[in-house]
Amino acid sequence: MSKYILRRLLMLIPVLLGISIVVFAFIHLIPGDPVVTILGSEYTEETAEQLRHVLGLDRPLYIQYLNWLGRALRGSLGRSIFPFGMITQAGGGDPVLELILARLPTTIVLTVGAMVISVIIALPLGVITAARRDSLLDNFTRAISVTGVSMPIFWLGLLLILVFSLKLRWLPPGGSIGDAGLKVMILPWFALGVAEAALVTRMTRSTLLEILGEDYIRTARAKGLRESIVYYRHALRNALIPVVTVVGLQFGRLLGGAVLTETIFNLPGLGRLLIDSVHSRDYPVIQGCVLFIAFFFVFANLAVDILYAFLDPRVSLK
Amino acid sequence: MYELRLTWRTLSKSYATLLGIIIIVAMFCVAVFASQLAPYEYDEMTIKDKLIGPTGNHILGTDQFGRDILARTIYGAQVSLLVGLGGTAMAMVAGILLGATAGYWGGWWDEVLMRVLDIWMAFPYIVLAIVLAWIIGPGLRNLILVIGIIRAPQFARIIRGSVLTIKEVEFIEAARSVGQRSLLILWRHILPNCISPIIVYASLCVATAINAEAALSFLGLGIQPPTPSWGMMLAEGRRYMFDAPWIPTFPGIAVSLTILGYNLLGDGLRDALDPRMRRQLR
Repeated sequence: MSKYILRRLLMLIPVLLGISIVVFAFIHLIPGDPVVTILGSEYTEETAEQLRHVLGLDRPLYIQYLNWLGRALRGSLGRSIFPFGMITQAGGGDPVLELILARLPTTIVLTVGAMVISVIIALPLGVITAARRDSLLDNFTRAISVTGVSMPIFWLGLLLILVFSLKLRWLPPGGSIGDAGLKVMILPWFALGVAEAALVTRMTRSTLLEILGEDYIRTARAKGLRESIVYYRHALRNALIPVVTVVGLQFGRLLGGAVLTETIFNLPGLGRLLIDSVHSRDYPVIQGCVLFIAFFFVFANLAVDILYAFLDPRVSLK
Repeated sequence: MYELRLTWRTLSKSYATLLGIIIIVAMFCVAVFASQLAPYEYDEMTIKDKLIGPTGNHILGTDQFGRDILARTIYGAQVSLLVGLGGTAMAMVAGILLGATAGYWGGWWDEVLMRVLDIWMAFPYIVLAIVLAWIIGPGLRNLILVIGIIRAPQFARIIRGSVLTIKEVEFIEAARSVGQRSLLILWRHILPNCISPIIVYASLCVATAINAEAALSFLGLGIQPPTPSWGMMLAEGRRYMFDAPWIPTFPGIAVSLTILGYNLLGDGLRDALDPRMRRQLR
C-alpha cells in the first residue's frame, strides 16, 4: 500500500507543475499589457515602469516563472495590488496567502457541510429506491433527483433565501460565521448539497441494482439469509465503493459550486475572494486563489484514490 | 437505419425521455420564434410601469426598468440555446479531433495530450470558466469559446477510449490489410462506431453548458446588458427579490426546465444506446 501511495504522489509532481504553469500563464494570456490594465487609463510612464519592475514583468518569461514558482514553494503567493498605489511603494497590499487563509475556513465549513448533508439525504434514498425498484416512491425520488440535478445552485439559493429568509424569516440570508454563528450556513449547505445529493442518490441506486443482480447475492439469498442481511452486509458494502469515489470527487464540484453559493449568500469564503478579485482585476489574488483551489482539488482526488485502494485492495495491485 | 429505429422505439417508451424531448423542442421553438412570440421588445423600457407584478398587460410582470419579463425570458432562450448548442458543438469537434488522433496513432502525441488533459481537468470547471471568461472577455461568442475549451477534454477522453477499443477489432484490421489509408479508416470505420457515447455525453453537455452560461452571466462575466440572459436576469432580480419576486422567478424556472429537458434526454439516450438496458426496456 505504501508503494502505491508513493507512486501516486510521484505521479502528482508533473500535474502540479503543469497546474503552476497554467496559473502563471493566466496573467500573460490577457490581451494587452497587464500593467496598463491594473493602472487604468490615467498613469504616468514612470509609475508603469515601477509597477512592471515590482511585478517582475520586465524580466524574461522563464525567469518570471521560476521566480514565481520559487516564491510559491516558499509559501509566498505575492501581494494583493490593493489598496491601490501601495504596490509601487511598499511592494503591495495584503499578502495573498494571508487573504486566502483567512477565507479558507468558511469555504471548508461550507463544502464539508454540504457534503455531509448530501450523503445524509442520498444514502438512505438510494438504498430505499433500489430496494423498491419501479415503485411509486422510486419513481418519485428519481423525478426529484433529476430535478435537483437540473436546478442551478444560484437559482436554488435564491429560492431558499426568498422562502426561508425573506418570507418566513427563519434563517439569515447570509453573513459570516463569526457574526451570526453556524446558522448562516444552513441555507448555503442545502443550496450546495441538494444537487450533489441527487447525484449520489442516483449513483447509489444504480450501483446497488447492479450488485443485486450478481451471483453472490443470489447465493446469499439461496442460503436463506434474511433480506436485511443480504442488503446491508453483502450488497451495500460493495455498492459503497464506487459511491465513496463519487462523494470524494464531489469535492471539486463543491469547490466550484462554493464560488456561486458564497456569492449568493454573501459568505466571506475563497470563492467570493476569487470573484471579487476577478471584478477588481487583482491578478496576484486571482492566481493565488486558482492555484490553491486546483491544488486542493488534486489532493482531494488523491485522498479519494488512496481511500479507494483501502476499500478495494484490487486497485493497488494493478 | 435499423439501429436508429430501435433507439427511437426504446426512447419513445420512456415517459421521462419524451418529456425531455417535448421541453427541448418547445424551448427551441421559443428561441427561434422569439420575435413573433414576445409581446414586447426585450429592451423596451416603460419607467412608469416598473416593478409591477403579473397583470393583464404584462403576464409575468416587469423589472426595475419597466421591461416585460415574459419578453425577456423568451429572448433569453436564444442566448441559452446558442451557448448550449454552440459550446457543445465546439467542444465535440475539438474533442473528436484530439481524442481520435490520440487514440488511433498513440505514441508521443497520445502521451502528451493525456498529460495536458490531466492538468486541464485538475481545475474545477466553474473556476476554469470564470478565469477563462475573465481572460477572453464577456459576450456571446466568447462564452461559446469558453464552454468549448472547457468541455473539449471530456469529449477527447471519451472518444480516445472508444477508438482504443474499436481499432483492435477485426474489421479494422481487414480494412488496414486491404490498404485503406489511416484517415479513411478513422473517418469511415472507427468514428461511426464511437457515436453512441458521444451523443449521450453531448446531450448532458448541453445541460452543463446552459448552466455554465447562466452562472457566468449571473456573476457578471457572461452576457452583458441589455441582451437578456436568464443568468443575468436572476442576478438583476436578486436585488428586488423581496418586493418583486417575479423578476428572478421566471428566468429561474426557464433555465431549470431547459437543463431538465437535456438531462432527461441524456439519461434516456444512455439507456436506449446501451444494449443491456435496451433489452430490459424492450
